[in-house]
Amino acid sequence: MKGNEAIAHAAIRYGVDGYFGYPITPQSEVLETLEDEQPWDTTGMVVLQAESEVAAINMVYGGASSGKAVMTSSSSPGVSLKQEGISYIAAAELPALIVNVMRGGPGLGTIQPSQADYFQATKGGGHGDYHLIVLSPATVQEMADFVGLGFDLAFKYRTPAMILADGIVGQMMEKVVLPPFRPRRTDAEIAAQCPWATTAKRGRGHRNIVTSLEMDSPKMEENNRRFQETYARIQENEVRFQEYYTEDAEYLMVAFGSVARICLKAIEDARAAGIKVGLLRPITLWPFPTKEIAALSRRVKGMLVVELNAGQMIEDVRLATEGRVPVYHFGRMGGMIPNPDEVLDALKKDFPEIK
Amino acid sequence: MKEEIIIAGFGGQGVLSMGKILAYAGLMNNLEVTWMPAYGPEQRGGTANVTVILSDSPISSPVLDRYDTAVILNQQSLDKFESKVKPGGTLIYDPSGIHHLPTRTDINIVPVDAMEAAIEMNNTKTYNMILLGSLLALRPIVDTEAVVKALRKTLPERHHHLIPLNEQAIAKGMELARK
Repeated sequence: MKGNEAIAHAAIRYGVDGYFGYPITPQSEVLETLEDEQPWDTTGMVVLQAESEVAAINMVYGGASSGKAVMTSSSSPGVSLKQEGISYIAAAELPALIVNVMRGGPGLGTIQPSQADYFQATKGGGHGDYHLIVLSPATVQEMADFVGLGFDLAFKYRTPAMILADGIVGQMMEKVVLPPFRPRRTDAEIAAQCPWATTAKRGRGHRNIVTSLEMDSPKMEENNRRFQETYARIQENEVRFQEYYTEDAEYLMVAFGSVARICLKAIEDARAAGIKVGLLRPITLWPFPTKEIAALSRRVKGMLVVELNAGQMIEDVRLATEGRVPVYHFGRMGGMIPNPDEVLDALKKDFPEIK
Repeated sequence: MKEEIIIAGFGGQGVLSMGKILAYAGLMNNLEVTWMPAYGPEQRGGTANVTVILSDSPISSPVLDRYDTAVILNQQSLDKFESKVKPGGTLIYDPSGIHHLPTRTDINIVPVDAMEAAIEMNNTKTYNMILLGSLLALRPIVDTEAVVKALRKTLPERHHHLIPLNEQAIAKGMELARK
């Protein structure tokens, strides 16, 4: 099945309480598959096509406030519209899952694949000092798996998580093993898991109020310190990445999402020609595998960052390497996709000693 | 075993669905598969293409620039993909509407008059299955049984009565390719 379809099936099976979305290529199959599956008749999951992306993210805000597992999905221009709501959800310390199947921008751009929303996803996107946990799937299997992982992390840390996919992995069909069905949580289970949620008092004695507003600056600074402590714990515990052929690598490629797979093919070709190249694929784009890249920068001669943008993740790679080795960028933009040969040519151009 | 295939033609010729049935047939034979379409407005006229990879080991890049096998259904696609077939690879094309014939001598070039055969079968919708049959005759990467299972899986149940017709089309395509 397609990556977008896998997200929809995984959401139903995870026991998601509500999906709120608005169609946009190349992620419309998420909403379409949910409408086809009609989970409101089976699990009781709400599936709602909102009047706009802004409405959808605020429905997520409301659902998340009551402790429900709620999500939305969109593509780049639609995710830009959601940013105000995402900032509010982060500030209100609520779990939620946001899916962005990126297309070429800026503006309405194109409907073809892109990774140009890396900055938006990993550096905040909306206003204020906040981070999302950002997961980057490279396969249809990971599209399915990261729905559950995203929700688990979002509830664990009470912060929104994002699946940052590209149009390739959204539109591509591959083999996938879907997670087993689990029932949606009961109201009592939600009240026990989320003592902060607006679930009615239930003998609690006080009202829970969910808000991002705090007019008292010392208290707002205190809130910010708490957010930063949460982010520090996430950075300590949740970095995920995958390494390929790094044991003896003289050069390292760094790439995320489906581009990592294009690089892997280039590396297989390079290895066949005797060129020792490895690949590091960040799975969490935030928290970023800074320590691992720093360690590799002590072993390799140089790095090539390959992205479907003008150079975004390269900034995090350069920060991690602290100038120890040269770090170059190869990118295609606007919905264009490099093939493995182009990637290998870029490596050879940047490192002329490679024959 | 790994087969990297491009199928390219006009939108509406059944390019994407042919690729999908091939991918599902691979799945039925327990292979790793990827199906990567050029998606978007191409699906509504204009050129359409899909990359299908079948392999017995995990597949890296879903995006390729060299293919073992190309199935080509119009002139633009022939112009674009002829040079991208690996030496020793296979190029199947439908000669109807082709003015500049393929010229390479280091690949196996097989014209299959699938449109004419589809008209003979009184159902032009069998066109892509005829070509799939030709592909499988030349590159037996999945068996016909797996293709029938794939048809059962991908066609809505109301169209299952058309499966025997599709089987005939596949057999016809195989026969044409072997000529």
